[in-house]
Amino acid sequence: MASLTATAPATVLASGRRSRDANTPSVVFLIGLWASLFFGVVVLLVLIISTAIDALPRLDGPLVADYYSGIRPEQTGFRAGILGSMWLMLGTALLAVPLGIASALYLEEFADRHRWYNKLIEVNLQNLAAVPSVVYGLLAVAAMSVLGFDRSGIVLGGSIALALLILPVVIITTREAVRAVPREIREGSMALGATVWQTTWRQTLPSAVPGIATGTILGLSRAIGEAAPLLLLGVAIGVRFDPNGFLSVFTALPIQIYTSTSQSQEEFQTAAAAAIIVLLVMILGMNAMAIYIRNKFQRTW
Amino acid sequence: MPNSPQTFSVREDARVASEESQQVHVGSLVEAAGDGDRRLPDAPPDPVMEAYGLNVFYGDFHAVHDVNLSFGKHEITALIGPSGCGKSTVLRCLNRMNDLVPGARVEGEISYHGQNIYAKGVDPIAVRTHIGMVFQKPNPFPKSIYDNIAYGPRVIGMKVDSMDDVVEEALRGAALWEEVKDKLKQSAYSLSGGQQQRLCIARTIATKPDVILMDEPCSALDPIATSRIEDLMGGLRDEYTIVIVTHNMQQAARVSDRTAFFTARPDETTGNRTGLLVEYDLTSRIFANPHDKRTEDYISGRFG
Repeated sequence: MASLTATAPATVLASGRRSRDANTPSVVFLIGLWASLFFGVVVLLVLIISTAIDALPRLDGPLVADYYSGIRPEQTGFRAGILGSMWLMLGTALLAVPLGIASALYLEEFADRHRWYNKLIEVNLQNLAAVPSVVYGLLAVAAMSVLGFDRSGIVLGGSIALALLILPVVIITTREAVRAVPREIREGSMALGATVWQTTWRQTLPSAVPGIATGTILGLSRAIGEAAPLLLLGVAIGVRFDPNGFLSVFTALPIQIYTSTSQSQEEFQTAAAAAIIVLLVMILGMNAMAIYIRNKFQRTW
Repeated sequence: MPNSPQTFSVREDARVASEESQQVHVGSLVEAAGDGDRRLPDAPPDPVMEAYGLNVFYGDFHAVHDVNLSFGKHEITALIGPSGCGKSTVLRCLNRMNDLVPGARVEGEISYHGQNIYAKGVDPIAVRTHIGMVFQKPNPFPKSIYDNIAYGPRVIGMKVDSMDDVVEEALRGAALWEEVKDKLKQSAYSLSGGQQQRLCIARTIATKPDVILMDEPCSALDPIATSRIEDLMGGLRDEYTIVIVTHNMQQAARVSDRTAFFTARPDETTGNRTGLLVEYDLTSRIFANPHDKRTEDYISGRFG
């Protein structure tokens, strides 16, 4: 065999042994990687499946169409919570999106990065993203009392808390989207005699919209699951009417889930599991929308 | 006199000289050539833009040292030289694009029809409407072909009777009309690289500038597209003053009327390379009979 290799080069490559890529350490490493991946995925799957099984008896119409009922737990519904969460998301988006985009545009397009105050803002922004949501709840309580609202648990208060919570996320993703617009596009615009203002509005911002939308929706889908800041704001549970505006008293889906699970009756546990499925569907829907927007408007430079 | 390192006095002197008479201007520049280090402009008869004592810094980095140049009306001036010699930096000073680079500082004077574009109170936005620019990499906007052309006239608020006519005229001017007239609403990204670059030229001439700066406009293009752009430049010369930076010496020899050769000189202490103008002359003379040894070495490919 060895004598043949000199005349037939093909046999040099075919060693007959196992590939060096298939030796023991490589295989062990690969198995380790797979196991790590499996851990996360399996935990998530088990959680979703077991919740879905628990929820099965209550995945019905009254779940989303009826109000909360303490007397008849087998018919309790989350209509007020679902609608309340929707109002909450609307308010949060209305507050966080303009503020976040404006802040990001300032930092990316106008700020002088070498100034000490801009550096300070930069560092603070990173830190804000790590602040626990409860703290934002407290901040919103303070803000509401300063603003002079004496009723607790209204949509505006919850929106302020959640907007503060996702603001750093919106700013950071918007900055990334704005930064991804090539410098050549800005220069091309400026070289034609456009102002920074025109360049930002007509070139940079439209090109960054997909990224901004994706980041904002992902931020909102994180906010929709938050219960802690809303508890601090005194958001009620037994709301038996639809919220009708930003000053309306409301309840949110995570709050209703939280209170339902702490009830003793079995029916409430089942209802809570069903409500978790509803919340998951809402979050998945929002994420799907983000992915759709990203794929539809994604631009390659 | 203009060899003084104090750029301010150089600038004043040179400006006065140019205002008095063309003869004095050339004379002072010839006098400056006496030090043997640098041959200064054989000034074009009808300069549109002139740089006096131009020094550019990026932070502490001295990028361009004391450049004096003038750009003749309806001429193509080529800036050539090795990488890092500051030729693109000089080009970007001519329409104040360096203002956009954080930490960039320009000393000296650049006059445009006798007016210093770096003077206080001059709006860089207004400068750029007179002095357009085409970049190295084709950079059409992510819009339709039509909107790419219409963008410039729209943002500067140009009064136009019919935008359609402006677009057609600009595209004809850039020899692109026949290729795109049936697909004006299509994305500019559907065009080939060479077409995109001609679109960028069309976009620039749509705002009716006086001077067009081109920063290595063909370096991302294949030879056929390059030759089309070169043909186009020959035609544009009748209406515009063109300054082109190029790495390609044959291109400079083919298209330009005058050529400025730059080189980079490392600083003794820091090792940073500062660009300086070595020689500026008619292209025919630069290539046939260069005055400076460094120019000769470079154009003959013996550059070290």
